[in-house]
Amino acid sequence: MAETGAATLVAAGERRGAHEGFGRRVARRFAQHRLALAGLLVIVALFLASALAPVLAPYDPNRVNPLERHQAPFSPSHLLGTDEVGRDVLSRLLYAGRVSLTVGFAAMIVTIVVGSLVGVVAAYYGGLVDTILMRLADVFLSFPTIYLLLVLAAFVRPSVLSITLIVGATAWMEVARIVRAQFLSIKAQDFVTAARALGASAPRIMLRELLPNGMAPIIVAATLNVANAILAESYISFLGYGIQPPQASWGIMLNNAQDFFTRAPWLAILPGVAITLAVLSFNFVGDGLRDALDPHQRRR
Amino acid sequence: MNLEFLVRRLIQMIPLLIAISILGFSMMHLAPGGPLALYTLNPSVTAEDVARIEELWGLNEPLPVQYLTWASNMFTGDFGNSFRGGAEVRHLIVERIPATVELMGASYAIAILLGFAIGALGALRQYSIFDYLATTGALVTLSIPTFWFGLMVIFVFAEQLGWIPSGGYQSLGRGGGGLIDRLHHLVAPASVLGLVLTAQWSRYFRSSILDVTGQDYVRTAHAKGLRRGTVLRRHVLRNAILPIIALAGVQLPAVFSGALVAESVFGWAGMGRLFLDALTYRDYPVLMALLMITAFLVVIGNLLADIALGIADPKIRTG
Repeated sequence: MAETGAATLVAAGERRGAHEGFGRRVARRFAQHRLALAGLLVIVALFLASALAPVLAPYDPNRVNPLERHQAPFSPSHLLGTDEVGRDVLSRLLYAGRVSLTVGFAAMIVTIVVGSLVGVVAAYYGGLVDTILMRLADVFLSFPTIYLLLVLAAFVRPSVLSITLIVGATAWMEVARIVRAQFLSIKAQDFVTAARALGASAPRIMLRELLPNGMAPIIVAATLNVANAILAESYISFLGYGIQPPQASWGIMLNNAQDFFTRAPWLAILPGVAITLAVLSFNFVGDGLRDALDPHQRRR
Repeated sequence: MNLEFLVRRLIQMIPLLIAISILGFSMMHLAPGGPLALYTLNPSVTAEDVARIEELWGLNEPLPVQYLTWASNMFTGDFGNSFRGGAEVRHLIVERIPATVELMGASYAIAILLGFAIGALGALRQYSIFDYLATTGALVTLSIPTFWFGLMVIFVFAEQLGWIPSGGYQSLGRGGGGLIDRLHHLVAPASVLGLVLTAQWSRYFRSSILDVTGQDYVRTAHAKGLRRGTVLRRHVLRNAILPIIALAGVQLPAVFSGALVAESVFGWAGMGRLFLDALTYRDYPVLMALLMITAFLVVIGNLLADIALGIADPKIRTG
């Protein structure tokens, strides 16, 4: 009797597992990760705020007003105060978010595309091609990232596009290694052979077997990459080699804030809070995705 | 330590170093405007002047010739002369090494001690409140831009509280340069860099110790009745320590990057600061020298990490 009961339970469990698709299982695990969920909400909010900047911003972000310099936050007409030439800080933060988030996302895409291409080509051809590409990754990894970023940034005309490409060019190596390892290990795994033996078509194998099993580390890397790209852009712009004024990015808003520490500390505090909030959210989401996508994760 | 492993590993370094030097060299020379961008764009510098400078610096030679001259000079420790002021690059860099070594050394010390303590406690009390706070806190710290973290430290501890100097390597004038004075200047940049590294490393230490506690020999040690403390000391920590040494080597590029950021914010007169100054003036010989030196040290750091791991795990040596 007890055996039958156990067997029924196992069967029920399997049936539930079979009915709950991969996407739903991931979503359920992700939702259990409260900080990741909060991170996702913050990211959505930041995106909406940046996208709606023209609607939400109370002023033109570049409107200079010498009469209203260094207004403290919560002043009657400026919620987050004004900077050294009287520009509205809230408006600038909103518009800066557009630039910073765009660079973060676009650089991530560059990283993933270049990294995946290098990884797949290396794993597919193997031999000399593999050796050359992976040694190239070693070469790039031998330079401290910031040194490489700054040299490249200092030698090209700075723009959103060039900064994006530079950040991507210095970050593809990790993705290339992950993709290569994934490609090599999945190709040789039993379930892929089994699926093929069962007569599954190539697209089915790729969609149902390779994609869910191979994408997880790439998705996680992509999320963390956005965080790192936002950090990289902010530092390059802070030093003056990135986004050029009058265009605003969170990094460049900090560029000369140090000179006004005593008079206007909010100029140094607010953009940094914005960067930290965005980066932290992407890191939390990345962490949550890592847990949710890991098939070995024990059920909670 | 197996000698053959060491020799093979040393030989593997050579093509990597050559590739690094070629990449660094091409980066500088393929840059729009090239090494003379600063002069060609300056209206007060005539075309004849530019030609003279090119002649003087050997910039009109074919690129492969320039590369070979540069690489062989660099091999003998001759990095050429600064475009700005003409001082010997070697001299400029040697001057800055102590400051960077002090900063990186102090940060390494903070990060290893604090990171190990936090990581070990988190691993031994896995899923406890401490573990949760430590891992979350680490993620928060890693999300704060280091340069802004530095700015906030200056704002709070130098501007508001007046506990620390707002920057620099030592006080100017009388009373400057003493040991206490220099330590006083070191506290803030080393703490900022040290905390950022701590955040990163406590996570590695945690998983490194968790790896070891999951091993069969640890279970055996527990099973044969050894006390918890003895197992920790003799089996767990001893085996977790080498991966930690390896981490210190592998993380060298991150520490160099972090040191540059800390130096830029705190006005710390080290190699990172020299790099940024050289960048402002497109001072190619200095930039090239610093790029090559840091990359070379990173390669050495990886070698040391491999050796540490080779001692820890005999399987790697044969690999």
